[in-house]
Amino acid sequence: MTEPGDLLERAIAGERRALGRLLSLVEQGGEAADEIAEMVHDRTPGEAPVIGVTGAPGTGKSTLVGHLVKEMAGTGGQPAVLAVDPSSPLTGGAILGDRIRMDGVAGGRAFIRSMATRGHAGGLALAVPAALRLFEACGYGPLVVETVGVGQVEVDVTRTADTTVVMVAPGMGDAVQANKSGLLEVADVLVVNKADRPGADDTRRDLEHMLDLGRITGLAQDWRPEIIMTTATTGTGADQVHQAIQTHRAHLAETAQLEARRQASIHQEVLDRVTQHLGTKASQYLSTQPAALTEALEGHSTPAATAAKISKRLLSNQPPS
Amino acid sequence: MTDMADGPQAAVAGRTAPIRVVLAKLGLDGHDRGLKVVARMLRDAGMEVIYLGLRQTTDTVIAAVEQEDADVIGLSMHNAGHLALAPRIVKAVSDAGLDVPVVIGGIVPEADVSALKEMGISAVLHPGASAVAVGEAVREAVRGSLGDQPVHD
Repeated sequence: MTEPGDLLERAIAGERRALGRLLSLVEQGGEAADEIAEMVHDRTPGEAPVIGVTGAPGTGKSTLVGHLVKEMAGTGGQPAVLAVDPSSPLTGGAILGDRIRMDGVAGGRAFIRSMATRGHAGGLALAVPAALRLFEACGYGPLVVETVGVGQVEVDVTRTADTTVVMVAPGMGDAVQANKSGLLEVADVLVVNKADRPGADDTRRDLEHMLDLGRITGLAQDWRPEIIMTTATTGTGADQVHQAIQTHRAHLAETAQLEARRQASIHQEVLDRVTQHLGTKASQYLSTQPAALTEALEGHSTPAATAAKISKRLLSNQPPS
Repeated sequence: MTDMADGPQAAVAGRTAPIRVVLAKLGLDGHDRGLKVVARMLRDAGMEVIYLGLRQTTDTVIAAVEQEDADVIGLSMHNAGHLALAPRIVKAVSDAGLDVPVVIGGIVPEADVSALKEMGISAVLHPGASAVAVGEAVREAVRGSLGDQPVHD
């Protein structure tokens, strides 16, 4: 009854609970997740648009996503949302509080799944693309991934997206902040939310300047992110964000960048999996062969030299395949 | 690699993922301060809390349980509606074909507890329940529901 194959059939037939269960299996990783990935492979043409939404905590991401989902459903889509929130590094617990913002607006128009980061290195990066494929295999699209834009993992996750929406709110820093490296650089669409608050126009101006400089330094290629002013609590501007996402995707398709982005994201996913695989091997090696550490522990060798020695041994022990 | 989900706080024997709990208040009941505290208690007990908050219906709770693959439902009740609402949520859970326990917390007279348990509520938590008691009640409810079936994965 709970075999992945059976669950997938039921999920494709529209049973929410079966899809919910499959998402848990994918999230946990391991053999069941690999089995699901195999089964889903032929059913995922990769045509469903993937939209990443990120930004600092409290900028209004979930509320805006609720409105976006409404727009998507209103234009014939069957949207699904993956809402990622952080796990506590101390207890592993999490408060997944995105759904509360979305559901009130989206009113059951989307399949919403909350996902905790669960702390393990690379785990989230593997679970997100797998979950998105599962959504597509079950007929969902467009697909939205929402992450808090703090930390490399969260920013990386948005790279699986065709279009990344970065949200900012007024009062969170001046032009110097806007020019720091990081989140703003990955934006395909920029949203200044809480546009009804004082300082929203200043924030817009700072972002415009930042984009202008990108032009001068030659970093901005053929796409200048549109800056859209929204008030997510009322939904004002959500239709423009939806439109901008579609415009960006059309641009990607016209310039053959869609395929390039997809390939880059597959490249990254394979690399993530290999890294995880090798990391597991290394942990196992160190716990079963503690003597390998002795030289470094006793100060006869640097950690770097010990690591190089162990890496060499580990890799040469792998049979070529 | 150490997986935090294996930590003792979240564990029910045999499972590797944290317990996922949906927290909500049904209908017209605006007192959510307690539920927010409970959310924090369960988070600190190593669980993943899907917080739905105020003005939910049996439909929105069931949809969340299905989509989120939750293990347990926690409902906060401060409007004396527990005897009317409990049977509805229990029925909704069983109509959906789900085997998910329901724990109620809030202002519930001691005299109503046995009636609620007969209706199918797994546990009732009263004001002043300690963080440990809240975590244990939720964990115990999940353990009970897993009793006669193989644990996930």
